[in-house]
Amino acid sequence: MYEVVTLLSVWAIPAMIVFIPLYAAFRKVPVYESFVEGAKGGFDTAIQIIPHLVGMMVAISMFRASGAMEMIVQAMRPFFDWMGIPSEVLPLGVLRPLTGAGSLAFTTELIKTYGPDSMIGRIASTIQGSTDTTLYVLTVYFGAIGIRRTRYALKVGLFSDLVGFVAAIFICLYIFG
Amino acid sequence: MVNWIWLFLIVVSVVFAAFNGRMELVTEAAFEGAKTGVTVSFGLISILVFWLGMMRIGEDAGLLRKLAGLLGPLVRFLFPDVPRNHPALGYIMTNMSANILGLGNAATPMGIKAMQELQKLNPDKETATPAMCTLLALNTSSITLVPTTLIAIRMNFESAHPAEIVGTTLIATSIATAAAILADRWYRSRVRPPLVPAIKGTGGPSGSGESGAGTSLLS
Repeated sequence: MYEVVTLLSVWAIPAMIVFIPLYAAFRKVPVYESFVEGAKGGFDTAIQIIPHLVGMMVAISMFRASGAMEMIVQAMRPFFDWMGIPSEVLPLGVLRPLTGAGSLAFTTELIKTYGPDSMIGRIASTIQGSTDTTLYVLTVYFGAIGIRRTRYALKVGLFSDLVGFVAAIFICLYIFG
Repeated sequence: MVNWIWLFLIVVSVVFAAFNGRMELVTEAAFEGAKTGVTVSFGLISILVFWLGMMRIGEDAGLLRKLAGLLGPLVRFLFPDVPRNHPALGYIMTNMSANILGLGNAATPMGIKAMQELQKLNPDKETATPAMCTLLALNTSSITLVPTTLIAIRMNFESAHPAEIVGTTLIATSIATAAAILADRWYRSRVRPPLVPAIKGTGGPSGSGESGAGTSLLS
């Protein structure tokens, strides 16, 4: 199953890049002109995201540098110990929704320190792989179309991150325990 | 809520920095973060330009409409308020497929394009529609079959079974996605009542009713 999916992932993009224009040419679409016409919008969309992403990245970067996360983790440690969960993975729960690059770096650090086949390494890998960076996705997707009132979108995203985090820990403890 | 989280992160950072004697580090981090924001946006230019061009070919060929028409009951269940055969559904479908296959650099442009299509259906351009919130929920929890980056990292650190986390990740991501869909449904059902009577209550053509609701929200 893993091999099949990996193969599919490797082939998906080249297959699309060939299939779409070929199919379009068959339907008598001027493919190159169409491409350029659509591509024009890409630049403006990316530029429109800048203020949103800068604002969000500033806040997240400050938060990480301030040491606030370490203190939050410190405060929650007894609860994790009591639950029998390795508290080393706790910062991931805070980092994962905020920053993709930051949480990936942290996961890599955990894997390096404790080994990829340790419980901590497995849990960290599972957490990192199972959700996307909620704040980034929200900023980019809504920033690109100029949505200001996001309604309940963030709550749903953060809730699902929390569920994913807890699920990842207990699934690993159960399967690898 | 975004406003509050943003404010919270900044205020907490400065307070804790004062407490921990890290004020200089935090100041530096603020500008470092600004730089990252620009760098990431610039990184998006190339993939957005490329994929939006590619998808335009697909749209001109009628491929996306076709894809939207093929959609199973699942997507119609998730996006009940998007008209059938609307190109937005085609983009949503490509976005979801790219996520499942772990094609991050294709998933983002498709998702943005889907959002732009949904924005065309939006009576109030500054407020997210339920369909947009659903699409966002699916992307934040993003079901991925194979977490390729992590397998690569585990290989680098000489794991005996680098792919052993595929199963646990799949279960965890499915649970997270299910939670996102359930939460989204719950909020949808809570949001709907005040919206529907407001539109119906105007009695005029639905178009003017919607724009009326939009302006009252804006003011």
